[in-house]
Amino acid sequence: MTTQDTSPETQPKTLGGQLVKVVSTGGVHVILIGVALLWLIPSLGLFVTSLRTRAASSQSGWWTALTDFDFTLDNYDTVLNSADLPPPGFADNFINTFIITIPSTILPIAVAAFAAYAFAWMNFRGRDWIFLGVVAMLVIPLQVTWVPVLKIFNQLNLTGQFWGLWLAHTAYGLPFAIFLLRNFFADLPKDLFESARIDGASEIKVFFRIVVPLSIPALASLAIFQFVWVWNDLMNALIFLQDVEKFPLTVGINNLLGQYGNEWHLLAAGAFISMIVPLIVFFALQRYFVRGLTAGAVKG
Amino acid sequence: MTDAATEESAKPTTPVPAPEQPRRKRNWRPWLWAFPALFLLSVFLLWPVLRTIQISFYDGSVINPTKEFVGVDNYERLLTNDPFFIRRELPPWSALFNSALWVVLFTSGVLGMGMLVAVLADKVRYEKLAKAIIFLPLVISFTAASVVFRLVYASDPDIGLINAALDGVGLGPVAFLGEANFANFAIIAAGIWVWTSLAMTILAAAYKSLPGSVLEAAAIDGSNAWQTFWRVSVPMMLGPIIVVAITMIINALKAIDLVLVMTAGGPRGSTRIVGYTVFLEIFNNNKAGYGSAAAVILLILMIPMMWFQLRQIRRGAD
Repeated sequence: MTTQDTSPETQPKTLGGQLVKVVSTGGVHVILIGVALLWLIPSLGLFVTSLRTRAASSQSGWWTALTDFDFTLDNYDTVLNSADLPPPGFADNFINTFIITIPSTILPIAVAAFAAYAFAWMNFRGRDWIFLGVVAMLVIPLQVTWVPVLKIFNQLNLTGQFWGLWLAHTAYGLPFAIFLLRNFFADLPKDLFESARIDGASEIKVFFRIVVPLSIPALASLAIFQFVWVWNDLMNALIFLQDVEKFPLTVGINNLLGQYGNEWHLLAAGAFISMIVPLIVFFALQRYFVRGLTAGAVKG
Repeated sequence: MTDAATEESAKPTTPVPAPEQPRRKRNWRPWLWAFPALFLLSVFLLWPVLRTIQISFYDGSVINPTKEFVGVDNYERLLTNDPFFIRRELPPWSALFNSALWVVLFTSGVLGMGMLVAVLADKVRYEKLAKAIIFLPLVISFTAASVVFRLVYASDPDIGLINAALDGVGLGPVAFLGEANFANFAIIAAGIWVWTSLAMTILAAAYKSLPGSVLEAAAIDGSNAWQTFWRVSVPMMLGPIIVVAITMIINALKAIDLVLVMTAGGPRGSTRIVGYTVFLEIFNNNKAGYGSAAAVILLILMIPMMWFQLRQIRRGAD
C-alpha cells in the first residue's frame, strides 16, 4: 500500500519525482491485476475443466488446454442426462432448486413486509423491544435450531416435504428481511401517511398503495439477495429434505463428490450448472444485489 | 459496482427511529400485521434455541433427544475429554482451536484484502471490472466454491494448479487438503476468497466518502501516502472497519459448508470447527445431546457479537 498516491493532481516537477510516480502507479496496477487474477483463475480453471474430455482432464492440467484447444460440451450432457450418476440427476436437481427457491423468496418478503410495516408505522406495547429481539436473531447460528425443528417436522410429516423447507427458509430469512424493510419503511416521509389517513385510507390501503410502490428498490434488493442465498443453500436442504428425489443442486454436487471425487470433468460441469442462475442474476441485477448485501452487513 | 450501490452502502445499518403514531384505538391491529412473522420466528428460532439448551443436558438421538437426563456431562466431556473438540497435545488441530484460527485469520484476511482492493481500485480506470471479478465468488454457492478449491489444491501436479507451480520449482507435491498441518489453513484461504468482496464493497464506499480536503492537508503537511493511510484514512474509516470485522467473525463462527464439502472435517478431524462439530455429532453420530452442547457453546461465543450489533443499532436509533 506504499504505492498509493493521494494527490494525483499535483504533478512532480523533477525528473526523479516523475520517475517515482510512474513506478508507484505501476505498483498499483501490478498488485491489483495480481489480486484480480488470483480471484479469477480458480473459477476459470473449473470452467475450462468442464469443457475438457475425461481423458484430457485426468492426464494434463486445465491450463494446457488454453494453448491446445479441444473443447466439448459432452460433460454437461452426461451430468444432466446420464442414468449412472447419483439420482435424481442434475436435470432434476436443477428443477428442484427452482421449486425450493421461488416460494422461499416470495414468502419471507411478504411476511416480513407486513411485520416491518407494523414495526415502522404502528404503535404497540413493546414494539421497539420486540424489534430488537428480531434483530438479535440475525446472529443465531442455524446449528442451534436443527434438532428441535426437525422434531417438529417429523411430528407434522413435513420432513422430506418442500413445504417444510419453504417454511424453514421463510423463518430463517425473516430477521434480515424485517430489519432491512423496517428501516426502509421508517425512512419514508411521514406526511404521506398522515394525509392518507386524513383521507380515511385504511392501513391495508396505505400499505399497498403507498408503502409497497415506494419500496420497490428495497424489495427488489431483498428478493435478489434471498433468491441467491436460498439457491446456494446446502445445509437446510440436506437436513430437512432427506429425500434424494427432492434434493437441489448443492446437495447433488456434494453427492457427486462422494462417488466421483476424481472425475473432474463431471464435477466441474455439475458445479457450473449450479452457478449459471446466480451468475445471470448477478450480472443482470448487480446493483440491486450489491445493495441488498451491503445493507445486510450485519447478516451472518 | 454502480455509484448508486456504493453510495447506499456508505452508511450500513443506521435505522431511523419510527415516528410516533397517534392512533390508540384498535390496538390489536399491529399484532395482526406482525403475527405471521412473530409466529414463524418463535417456532423456528426462539423455541428451538431454548429447546436445544434443554437437549444439551440429555443423552439421546435425533428421534428421541431427551432419552436420559445427564446434567452437564455433555459439556464436561466436550471441554475436558474430547480431543477432537479441545486437544491438549501438539499438533493442536481441534474444533475450538480451529474456530479460533478461523476468527483470527479469516477475519484479518478478509479485512486486509478487502481494504487493499478498496484503496487500489479507486485509482485505476478498470475499477468496475476488477471489483466484479472479485465479487463473483460471493454469488456462487459454498458448495461450488469448494469444488473450485478442491481442484486448485489437488495434489496431482497434472490437476492442481498450485502443485503444478510447486512441481515447476522442484517442490511438492503437497496434499493441501489431506495433510493435517495444511488443511485448515487451506479452507480458511477459500473462505477469504469467498468473502473478500463484501469487505471490499463496504470499505470502498467508506474510502470514497472520505473528504478529499483532509487527505490533501495531510499530503501538504508532508506525510507520505503510507502515513496518510494509517494516520488519517484508517481512523476515519474505523466505523465501517469494525462493522466488517464483526460480520466476518460471525461468518467465521457460523462457517460449515466449506468444511463439509472440502474435507468433511478430515483428515483425522484436523479441520473440524465448532459449527461443523454440531452437524457431525447430531447427524453422523446421532448424538443429539452431545451435538446440542456444542451448539450451545457456539451460541455462547456469538453473544458478544449479538451485544455489539444491538448496540450499533440502538446507537443508530438514538
